[in-house]
Amino acid sequence: MEEHQEAGKEGKPSSTAVDLHGDSSLQVEISDAVSERDKVKFTVQTKSCLPHFAQTEFSVVRQHEEFIWLHDAYVENEEYAGLIIPPAPPRPDFEASREKLQKLGEGDSSITREEFAKMKQELEAEYLAIFKKTVAMHEVFLQRLAAHPTLRRDHNFFVFLEYGQDLSVRGKNRKELLGGFLRNIVKSADEALITGMSGLKEVDDFFEHERTFLLEYHTRIRDACLRADRVMHSHKCLADDYIPISAALSSLGTQEVNQLKTSFLKLAELFERLRKLEGRMASDEDLKLSDMLRYYMRDSQAAKDLLYRRLRALADYENANKALDKARTRNREVRTAESHQQLCCQRFERLSDSAKQELMDFKSRRVSSFRKNLIELAELELKHAKLQGPPGTPCQGAMETRSWGNKGGTLAASLAIFQCQQALHGKGGGGQDTWV
Amino acid sequence: MMTEKIFLQIINSLRAEATEEVSLDSPEREPILSSEPSPAVTPVTPTTLIAPRIESKSLSAPVIFDRSREEIEEEANGDVFDIEIGVSDPEKVGDGMNAYMAYRVTTKTSLSMFSKSEFSVKRRFSDFLGLHSKLASKYLHVGYIVPPAPEKSIVGMTKVKVGKEDSSSTEFVEKRRAALERYLQRTVKHPTLLQDPDLRQFLESSELPRAVNTQALSGAGILRMVNKAADAVNKMTIKMNESDAWFEEKQQQFENLDQQLRKLHASVEALVCHRKELSANTAAFAKSAAMLGNSEDHTALSRALSQLAEVEEKIDQLHQEQAFADFYMFSELLSDYIRLIAAVKGVFDHRMKCWQKWEDAQITLLKKRETEAKMMVANKPDKIQQAKNEIREWEAKVQQGERDFEQISKTIRKEVGRFEKERVKDFKTVIIKYLESLVQTQQQLIKYWEAFLPEAKAIA
Repeated sequence: MEEHQEAGKEGKPSSTAVDLHGDSSLQVEISDAVSERDKVKFTVQTKSCLPHFAQTEFSVVRQHEEFIWLHDAYVENEEYAGLIIPPAPPRPDFEASREKLQKLGEGDSSITREEFAKMKQELEAEYLAIFKKTVAMHEVFLQRLAAHPTLRRDHNFFVFLEYGQDLSVRGKNRKELLGGFLRNIVKSADEALITGMSGLKEVDDFFEHERTFLLEYHTRIRDACLRADRVMHSHKCLADDYIPISAALSSLGTQEVNQLKTSFLKLAELFERLRKLEGRMASDEDLKLSDMLRYYMRDSQAAKDLLYRRLRALADYENANKALDKARTRNREVRTAESHQQLCCQRFERLSDSAKQELMDFKSRRVSSFRKNLIELAELELKHAKLQGPPGTPCQGAMETRSWGNKGGTLAASLAIFQCQQALHGKGGGGQDTWV
Repeated sequence: MMTEKIFLQIINSLRAEATEEVSLDSPEREPILSSEPSPAVTPVTPTTLIAPRIESKSLSAPVIFDRSREEIEEEANGDVFDIEIGVSDPEKVGDGMNAYMAYRVTTKTSLSMFSKSEFSVKRRFSDFLGLHSKLASKYLHVGYIVPPAPEKSIVGMTKVKVGKEDSSSTEFVEKRRAALERYLQRTVKHPTLLQDPDLRQFLESSELPRAVNTQALSGAGILRMVNKAADAVNKMTIKMNESDAWFEEKQQQFENLDQQLRKLHASVEALVCHRKELSANTAAFAKSAAMLGNSEDHTALSRALSQLAEVEEKIDQLHQEQAFADFYMFSELLSDYIRLIAAVKGVFDHRMKCWQKWEDAQITLLKKRETEAKMMVANKPDKIQQAKNEIREWEAKVQQGERDFEQISKTIRKEVGRFEKERVKDFKTVIIKYLESLVQTQQQLIKYWEAFLPEAKAIA
C-alpha cells in the first residue's frame, strides 16, 4: 500500500518553527514521503551554501529510526547539555487507522453503498491527515536543529543530512529499550535526591522560578492536550453519526408522500453539510490546539530535562566543593580536588548561562506559537461556521491566515503549507485505488 | 454566510409548503361520515355526542346530526381547534416504593363542551394509562387510531421513587412529562376522541377513580400480554380476501415507513449520545485550559488562555442545548411515530378480525342451513323450527358482520387520511423547529469565536 505525497518547491517560503534569525544558510525540508507497509520513508532535502557540504542542494532518504538516532546523539552529547534539545518526532502510527479501514472493508451488509463510500472517504482522509502530521513533525524537528546556531553545526547532523547511504541505525533492541527505561527511572530518582539534598540551594531566582513554573506547566499542558484529544475525538464521532442519519433521511425523502419529500431531502442535505462542518472542526481542533499542546508538552519536557542537567551540574559542583574542603583539611590530593572543582564550576556556569538563554527562547517561542495558533483556530472556526469559500479546500483558510516569513511558524503552518501545495499540484487523496 | 442563508431558505420553503392545501395520496376522500350515530360499541348517552355549537340534545334529526359532525370535521380541518393542553409541575407525592409523580394537567379552551375556559387537575402516570386503556377499548376495534400512551419504565420510576435527586432522574421525569403532554395533545386533536366523556372526565374532574389494571406486573397486565401474543398468532393465520387494494397498499406503506423510522431513530439516538459526550469533553477541556492559563507566566497569553477556557465553557452549554433539541424534537418525534404506526397497524389488524368474524358468521350460517336441510330430510319438526330460528339469528349476524366490516373499512380510510395529514403537519413543524435550533447554535458559535479573536490577537 503506497501513499505518495509531494510538496512542490515553488512558492514556498522558509516558514519554520523557529526564527531563523534571518539566516538562510541552511534550509532543510522534507520534500517527499512514502508510506509502505510498516514504515515511512522521508526524503530530506537540504539547501545550503555552507562550505563543508559537497553540494549546495542534495537530498537523502531517511526513516524514523534514523531521526531517533540523531536525537539521541544530541541528548548524549555533553557539549549540548546546556541546550534544550528539540523533542524527537513521535513514531508514525497508522495502526488505528488501518484497523478501522480493515473493519470497514470486512463489510457490514446493512449499510448502503453511499454510506460505505462516505465512510471510506472519511477514513482515507483520516489516514492522510495522520500521514501529513507525521511528515510535519519530522520536518519541524530538523528545522529547529537547522535554525539553532549551536546545534546546526553538529557533525552527526551533517552526516544525517548528507550521507547518501542508509545510516544502518537499527531500532533499539529490547536490552537498549530496557536500558533507556531504567535510565529514566534513575534520572527521576536522582532528580528527587538532589533536590532534597541538604545544602543544595538554588542560587539563582530565575531558575528557581523556572523550575516551579515548568513543573506545573508541564503537568497542566499534558492534561490539556489529553482533553483536547478527547474533544477532537467526539467531534469525529459526531461527524460519523451524521452519515447514517443523512442516508436514512434521503431514503425517507424519496419514499415519502409529496408534502414531506422536500422536507426530508433538504434535512438530509443539511446533515451532509453538518457532517463536513463537524469534520472540519475536528481537524481544526486537532491541528491548532491538540498538536500545538502536544508539541509544547514535549518541548517543556525537553526544558525540564535541561533544568535537570543543570541541577545535576550544580550538585556535582557542590560535591566537588565538599571534596575540596575535605582534601584541604586532610591536605591530600588538593591539586586534583582543586582542578576538579574548577571544572565543575566552569561546567555549571556554562550550563547556567546557556540554559538561561534557552529558557527565554523557549518562552518567546511558546508565546508566539500559541498566539499564532489561537488566532488561526478562531479564524478557521469562524470561516467554517460561516462556510465561506468552497468546501473541500482546507488550504483556502490556511492561505489567508498563515503569516509568511519568520514570525515563529509552527508545525501547523508547515502542515497548512503541505496541504496547499497538495491542492496546488492537484494531488488529491493520493492513490485511492490502492486501498484494499 | 452561506450556511445561514441556506438554513433560512430551507425553513422558508418548508413554511410555505405547510400552509398550502394538503391533498393526500389516497384516492378516495370520504366526504362525510356514515349516517350511523355512534362509532363506539358501548352505549353512550346520546347527549354526549352532540357537537359543541348546537344546544339541542336530540339525535332524532340525522340531518342536523350530520351537519354537526360536519362542523366538527371542518373545525378540525380548518385548524380552529381551540384547545390547548399543558402538562407541568411534576411533584413527588409520598415516600419509598409507594411514591409517585403527580403532574399538573392544564386545559385552555373556548369549546363550550367544557364548563370552564381554563382549568387544571393533578394526575399521575397510571391515570394516563387508564385513560388510554378506556379509549382503546372503546374505539380501537372499530377502526379509530387511538394515540398510544407513553411507555412504562420500571427502572426509571424506581430511581425516582428511591429518591435519587441526580440529573438522570430529573431527565427521566422531564422526558416523561413532555411525552405525556404530547400524548394528550394528540388525543384531543382527534375529533371523535375529544367527544369522549372519559377524556373529558380526565381533563376536568378533580378526583379520578384510580386505574388499577395498568400496573405492569398486575394480573390484567399479564392478561394483556397473553392476548397480544394470541393476536399475533391469529394474525398470521388469517387469510383475508382483500377486495380493496387501497388497504394492502396502505399497509405496505406503513410497514416501510415503520422500518425507515426505526432505522433513523437508532441513528439519532447515537447522535444524542455522542453530542452529550462532546459536551462533557468540552467542559473538561475548558477546565484544563483555565488551569493552563493560570500557570502561564506570560500575562497576555495567560489572559488569552483564560478567555479560551470561557469560550469553551460557553460552547459546552451550546452542545448541551443542542443535544436537548436533538432529543426532544427529533428523537422523541421519531419514537412517538414508531408507536403511532404500531397503533395504525393494530387498527388494520382489527379490520382483519372483523372480516374474520363476518366470514365465520357466513360459514356458520351455511352450516345452519345444512342442518335445516338435514332436519327436513329426517323429518324432525321441532328440530326444523330450531334450525329455522338459528338460521334467522345467523342471517342477522351475517348482516351485522357485513355492516361492521364496511363501517370499520370506512372509518379506517378516514382515519388514515386524518393521520397522514397530522403526520405531515407534525413532521414539518418539528423539522422547522429543529432546523432553527441548528441555525441558532451555529450563530452562537460564530458570536463566541468572534469575541475570542481579538483576545488572541492581543497576545503581545
